[in-house]
Amino acid sequence: MDVLVAAVVQAVRLLLSGDAEVWQVTLLSLRVSLAATAISLLAGVPLGAWLALARFPGRRLLLAAVHTGMGMPPVVAGLVLTVLLWRTGPLGSLGLLYTPTAIVLAQVVLALPIVTGLSAAAIQQLNPLLRLQILALGATRTQYLWLLAREARLPLLAAAMAGFGAVISEVGAAMMVGGNIQGQTRVLTTAIVLETSKGNFDLALALGLLLLALVYAVNLGLTWVQQRGRPL
Amino acid sequence: MSATGQEATPLLALRGVRVRRGSQVVLEVPALDVWPREVLGIVGPNGAGKSTLLQVMALLLAPEAGEVRFRGAVVDARHNPVPVRRRLAVVFQEPLLFDTTVFENVASGLRLRGVAREALRTRVMAWLARLGIAQLAERPARTLSLGEARRTSLARALVLEPELLLLDEPFSALDYPTRQALLSELPGLLAAARTTTVLVTHDPLEARALATRAVALQAGRIVATGPVDTVLAAAGLGPLAGAVSLPAPAERC
Repeated sequence: MDVLVAAVVQAVRLLLSGDAEVWQVTLLSLRVSLAATAISLLAGVPLGAWLALARFPGRRLLLAAVHTGMGMPPVVAGLVLTVLLWRTGPLGSLGLLYTPTAIVLAQVVLALPIVTGLSAAAIQQLNPLLRLQILALGATRTQYLWLLAREARLPLLAAAMAGFGAVISEVGAAMMVGGNIQGQTRVLTTAIVLETSKGNFDLALALGLLLLALVYAVNLGLTWVQQRGRPL
Repeated sequence: MSATGQEATPLLALRGVRVRRGSQVVLEVPALDVWPREVLGIVGPNGAGKSTLLQVMALLLAPEAGEVRFRGAVVDARHNPVPVRRRLAVVFQEPLLFDTTVFENVASGLRLRGVAREALRTRVMAWLARLGIAQLAERPARTLSLGEARRTSLARALVLEPELLLLDEPFSALDYPTRQALLSELPGLLAAARTTTVLVTHDPLEARALATRAVALQAGRIVATGPVDTVLAAAGLGPLAGAVSLPAPAERC
């Protein structure tokens, strides 16, 4: 119990003291995870809508592959990406290994199936007759997709939360493709692993609380958007 | 020859239309015309293909064979039907409202057409008033009763002032007083919108109260067409029709 209290005190002290490294690690975590979530949403929502609405042979197989990706272990994603980005690997010439961009890529690999799968489910749960009604109102293809997304906004925002939650909290892939380099690729989760391994439990717990606060703040914003106009 | 004898070209014409689900033909209509300003009742039992026919007419379902002509021009539901769809409006059995306010629901079709804000507001408020739901304008649609939701979906269609209004069992599942009220108001609303109407119903009371002409459908095929009472009798729906308490459309005009 004392350790937890000390951790809270330490977390508050760290934030108030304006410790440059803590802020740098926190901001990098936020930047990387928000970028990965945004990319996953931009690609995953249209992809999910397509999987929900289109009819073609192999659609179910593709959907099953997406659902499998939703349970992708971060270390596997990290391993595959490390092999691809390794100096002698197929994408080695890009020089991305051990950079924040590599972490974003790894996180997109993790979040994209989550956002795609949940988006497909969100669109599919809409009343099929509503789709006809939208077309009957004279919607163009773009207007049709926009109105469908607007009707499914609650589960789509839940998809955004799930995607962000998956990437901000993962450690394996970020460690493998980022390398946990101080001042360059160290994020909150990899810093927590490092401090724990060094026995700095109070600092590790403080960083953990910071991480939780960060996740709460982002989800509070998304929840506010999601629940706007609904009864308290 | 038109139903009124005044128009040479039907507003909507179906020729040789066939729709198949799997191996089964669910709709086979050699010829069907909808004439300007008429209220065409499409009657028949559940599963007769009435809603399928309505979807073909609304360009929401492309038939396997045959063609749909709007004001004489062939329209293909598979290739850019939006310009013609924007001259129609459909009210389905369920209200199918969007998860937003009543005002925004009624405005939705106008917004898709890019109607300017002031004109949009004026038109929406006028139709909300005509449907008696102006006081509900800012209410979330999900809090409406079924009767209010039906009025909202009717307003959403009528505000478009469509050349052709397609109504698919718009009174189903309504309680008796709400249904009677809407049945008595609808002819006046259709007259205000000056729209041609196709009313799909399995209920002879609704057909007699609203339609000026009728078509009976059974197992996807037209079995009778002509005056409402004659068609209802031919479709075996005649006796029930005698119970209607509302005046016939001709008497109201």
